[in-house]
Amino acid sequence: MLRDITIGQYFPSDSFVHRLDPRFKIIITLIFTVTLFIGDSFSSLVIGGVYTLTAVLFSKIKIRMFVKSIKPLMPFLLITAVFNLFLSDGGETVFEWKFLKITEGGIDMSIFMLVRIILLIVGSSLLTYTTSPISLTDAVERLLSPLSRFGFPSHELAMMMSIALRFIPTLIEETDKIISAQKARGAELDTGSLMTRVKGMVSILIPLFISSFRRADELATAMESRCYHGGEGRTRLRQLKVTYRDYIAVTFTLLFTGIIIAVG
Amino acid sequence: MAVLETRNLTYTYSKGSPFERTAVDDVSLKIDEGLIIGVLGHTGSGKSTLIQHFNGLLRADSGQVLLDGTDIWAEKSRIREVRFQVGLVFQYPEYQIFGETVFKDIAFGPANMGLDESEIKGRVEQSARDTGLDMRLMERSPFELSGGQKRRVAIAGVMAMNPRVLILDEPASGLDPRGREIIFDCIRNYHRRTGSTVMIVSHSMEDLACIADKLLVMNRGRVFCFDDTERVFARAEELVKIGLDIPQVTRIFLELKKRGIDFGKEVYTVGYAKRVIGDYIDYIKIKRGESL
Repeated sequence: MLRDITIGQYFPSDSFVHRLDPRFKIIITLIFTVTLFIGDSFSSLVIGGVYTLTAVLFSKIKIRMFVKSIKPLMPFLLITAVFNLFLSDGGETVFEWKFLKITEGGIDMSIFMLVRIILLIVGSSLLTYTTSPISLTDAVERLLSPLSRFGFPSHELAMMMSIALRFIPTLIEETDKIISAQKARGAELDTGSLMTRVKGMVSILIPLFISSFRRADELATAMESRCYHGGEGRTRLRQLKVTYRDYIAVTFTLLFTGIIIAVG
Repeated sequence: MAVLETRNLTYTYSKGSPFERTAVDDVSLKIDEGLIIGVLGHTGSGKSTLIQHFNGLLRADSGQVLLDGTDIWAEKSRIREVRFQVGLVFQYPEYQIFGETVFKDIAFGPANMGLDESEIKGRVEQSARDTGLDMRLMERSPFELSGGQKRRVAIAGVMAMNPRVLILDEPASGLDPRGREIIFDCIRNYHRRTGSTVMIVSHSMEDLACIADKLLVMNRGRVFCFDDTERVFARAEELVKIGLDIPQVTRIFLELKKRGIDFGKEVYTVGYAKRVIGDYIDYIKIKRGESL
């Protein structure tokens, strides 16, 4: 069911990675992503794998959860691998049939891209698994705040982000309920002809839109009646603090980047 | 003959995860045709989960649900038929409304049943009468109506399928006393006209006391008791212990009993309380040798 979605989910715990400053975590994730694309050789891929595995171990989150986050992206991964397999050239030809041709370079490329994307998914899942949505948006706001001098609405953006994140579970629950209610009236969603299915979808989307608008309206009223007026002069309950852990993590990451650049 | 029966029904949420919770635990019930049954229980007692098994929205991990003696899952492809026979009205059903007009929304269920135009029209009009909706409302948009009217449109939408078992989850929640009364009148109308079995889920005994023939009390996913309304109220003190709110009159009479005035009867409606007190006064008068 819809409940089982894990992307963007947060698993509260008390590990080294959990206790990192979210700002540092975002920056580290960015560095990690860029580094993965700098490395072109297999050895750099192995080093990337070691780095990712280390981070995962320090997060105390079960590897099973990461496998779960890769699963829904499997078709996309397979398509990428197949394309690379047939379309990349180089090296000896291993297999040829009419216009299809597999070369050694193709095999290399397809494995390379597959592993690289999996590492990317694991790395970014690690960020959301270990950081609560609230600290994530806090961090985004702080990281973007220098831009607000040029009129960039960083606080508003972060607020929108946190509201959107806050309502994901609510809307999933709501969708579940509406689906059940319409099924109880005999709506067909996964059986029947295309026309009846479309009709069934309409019976779910309309109530869902209406309730989203209603919720938005209620929330806006509630915010206004509490005199919400944006980010100016606002203090916060959770102050972000940089600790020795953050320096360790950053050093470790930069070391990793350095090695990758050196290895090539 | 029992129209609906469950055998050792068990259902667990999020099985295998740390959030695992058994919501329905070994429930075996026999529900006779034509009765109005109140389903009582504290929040999280499993009552809402249980009723979703009756029309196959949820499928139990183990155990069976029998409709007229046959397992509803015997033929998986016929589960829609079951949903037409066991109508389920969810909590806050007005949030499921989507039709452009009141008529079209009520007609959604009957249309899904594949009935012809004239039959659909007849069904919609009949359930509009049951729920006291004015025919002039039929061509209006349901979103222009009041909260109470919307709720009645949604209930009419399920009644229009003419289910043999009508189940309503907290049909009166969030309404004022007048609104609640109207909803219960709608349910009575439907019951009287069709002779169907009706199940009403509520955590308020006050509402159920006046309408239910039998009460099913759920506690922690298990059947706490399932008996005639009076007999269930005879166990009022136990009901309080499992976190249920007993009617105010019943609470007064329990308090009186504690203070030594025992009427010897379980009182759960105001009308009945009046009679009992009247009898008691007469009895005292006779005892003192006074004339009535």
